[in-house]
Amino acid sequence: MLLAASGGALGAQEHAGQYAQADIEFGARLYADNCSTCHGVEGDGIAGVNLRAGPFRNASSDAELQAVIAGGLPDTAMPPGEYTDAELSGLVAFIRTMGDVDPATLAVGDPDRGRAVFEGRGDCLSCHRVAGRGARSAPDLTDIGVLRSAGALERTLLDPSGSMLPVNRPIRAVTRAGREISGRRLNEDTFTVQIIDQDERLVSLDKADLREYAVLTTSPMPSYADQLGEQELSDLLAYLLSLKGVG
Amino acid sequence: MARWVLPACVLPLLLTVGLDAQVTADRLRNTQDEPHNWLTYSGSYASTRHSQLDRITPSNVGDLELKWVFQAQSLENFTATPLVVDGIMYVTQAPNDVVALDARSGRVFWVHEYAPSAEARPCCGRINRGVGILGETLFMATIDAQLVALDAVTGRPIWQTAVGDPAQGYAMTVAPLVIGDKVVVGVAGGEYGIRGYIAAYDAATGDEVWRFYTIPGPGEPGHETWEGDSWRYGGAPVWLTGSYDPELNLTYWGIGNPGPDWNPAQRRGDNLYSDSVVALDADTGELRWYFQFTPNDAYDYDAVQIPVLADIETGDGRIVKVMLWANRNGFFYALDRVTGRFINGTPFVTVNWAEGLDDSGRPIQTPQPPGAVTYPGVQGGTNWYSPSYSPRTGLFYLPAWENYGAIFQPSSEPDEYREGQLFLGGMPLPAIPGAAAPPALRRGPVNDWTEAAGTGAVIALDPRTGEQRWKFEMTDVTTSGILTTGSDLLFTGGREGYFYAFDARDGELLWRATLGGMIHNGPISYEVDGAQYVAAAAGNALFVFGLREAAP
Repeated sequence: MLLAASGGALGAQEHAGQYAQADIEFGARLYADNCSTCHGVEGDGIAGVNLRAGPFRNASSDAELQAVIAGGLPDTAMPPGEYTDAELSGLVAFIRTMGDVDPATLAVGDPDRGRAVFEGRGDCLSCHRVAGRGARSAPDLTDIGVLRSAGALERTLLDPSGSMLPVNRPIRAVTRAGREISGRRLNEDTFTVQIIDQDERLVSLDKADLREYAVLTTSPMPSYADQLGEQELSDLLAYLLSLKGVG
Repeated sequence: MARWVLPACVLPLLLTVGLDAQVTADRLRNTQDEPHNWLTYSGSYASTRHSQLDRITPSNVGDLELKWVFQAQSLENFTATPLVVDGIMYVTQAPNDVVALDARSGRVFWVHEYAPSAEARPCCGRINRGVGILGETLFMATIDAQLVALDAVTGRPIWQTAVGDPAQGYAMTVAPLVIGDKVVVGVAGGEYGIRGYIAAYDAATGDEVWRFYTIPGPGEPGHETWEGDSWRYGGAPVWLTGSYDPELNLTYWGIGNPGPDWNPAQRRGDNLYSDSVVALDADTGELRWYFQFTPNDAYDYDAVQIPVLADIETGDGRIVKVMLWANRNGFFYALDRVTGRFINGTPFVTVNWAEGLDDSGRPIQTPQPPGAVTYPGVQGGTNWYSPSYSPRTGLFYLPAWENYGAIFQPSSEPDEYREGQLFLGGMPLPAIPGAAAPPALRRGPVNDWTEAAGTGAVIALDPRTGEQRWKFEMTDVTTSGILTTGSDLLFTGGREGYFYAFDARDGELLWRATLGGMIHNGPISYEVDGAQYVAAAAGNALFVFGLREAAP
């Protein structure tokens, strides 16, 4: 028997617990900047439309809501908007929870302050790289704001190992000649593995030439749960979400 | 615990990393010191496509075997030439993805996916010819006219600069040429009424450093070679990588056709610098000299071929710095690359659009009557496919289309220029009315145009005289470049999907493989861990060959 399971078919979400706090906060900032002029701070600025209460005439699932936000509604005042996937996730999370949370209590970070945390206290450039600056031992973050949602980024900051993508797992290898090599996995097949090593070089290893080979599940990244304050974390998140590539 | 003791020679086989990851400007100037690498589109600034590697020889070439294949996730023509830097290969996957591979195994480190703007409207396929490198940064010119800098280790973007507006028909297919701290590119769009240019960008920031318009503006010398406003939409694109002479600090670029392509009456005059080679000061972009091959072109004879730089001994013992150029217009030229002076010129295929060249190298044009066949046809006697010069044999090798003609018929009325729209001035017909003409860029597996419409050849010329030394004829035409090596091998391919090795001295066919798709780029050679490889793209894949390892 085939079971068709699709997140999109679940329809309207019912409560705030389904959305990450980081997404709601990110969405709140975007809402304030892009939506509140027409829809109002409380979501009831347009006659006959109450974003706080729902339901919506033109969308029921989150995907449909995202489509309306991105594409606008023809023959109405609702314009299309250019948003990243992370931004759309944030907007939907905020709109779905407007009735449950008090926007005044949301800790919305400041990307400029967040950059200072990233390059200062967080010491993130010692492993990560942004637009050509920083180290390469950890993934490049130049466009991480497009690739990840606020919720996913927050989880990584708090629990790096738990949210590490499997492809990024650290590799430790010892060649038959006794040379130790460690780095981050980029690609792997039955006979070979491609890594970026601790000296930031691209290295391709033949497994047959290795005496030891291990794929580790612990991320070298520290958790920032206790290292940074709530505001710093919020600012850092805002900065990461602002990284949308170059050009 | 027992300790393993292995011979020292085993260790290098384990790793494919370079000792020096930085490709300095100095290394680019001295590619002859590291023949195991392929650091720029044509292999060196002199663009000879000559590799000094010599482990694969005429006597063991029969032992070549397929080592690995990279299948591009793209159905566009694979025209890119890979770079190889200390065991890492960088190649583009059309239109504008960059892939880093282990050059020894073909396993992929990363793919950078670039999504070009939907505004891009290249005339002739969403293709790309490869990347340039400086330091640890790769440079790619995109089909939507952006110059993109990527981290060579991670493949992630560093900066992006708009070189032209794709909505106006500007596009880029060229592999950038890195000179010093600059990245030099040119724009395509000669079928869209662009005004072409070559521009240099700061490699660190992407800021434009200089720009040379290939059509002089009002008040500039040469502007008078365009009638009325025709200069505004005169094309003269640049879509193939130039060359560089570090001693002279001159960079040489071939310029494409004037527009509209086939109606010279709409742009009376010589139409400088269309169908010319220009020599520019690499620091400033100032024009030092030019040589125009085809004034007031009626045939789409782009001078978009590779400027091959050679130092050749003349009969009286002098060494002359020359530029060797087999042109789309069917003539082979030798120029003095210090001054641009014409030295000699000879047709290498059947030519009837000109009866010859005068003492200055200017063609004596003989336009054919309406309905008559002009030779060479619209794709030319040769085109962008790279030639090679071997300093060992002293011969110049080129891919040619022989006995190939077309009937040119310009529009009776001038075309109106409309931004971003095709601007052609007519359309050529096949030489044999009703018969199939060789497809310009792509063919299927059935050759239905036959030898009557033209055939392909590899031609070896003595560059001192233009005299033919040997020739290998193919049934179908060829769009493959040529590579020569330090052991006097010549590698090339063709549209029939054969990949060949010849003896460069006499043209003897020594080996061939069937790759099952058009070979549409230029073969290269490189070495990793003491093993020499030869790579060629056919169809939508890159095939890499090496010698069968001797039994232990």
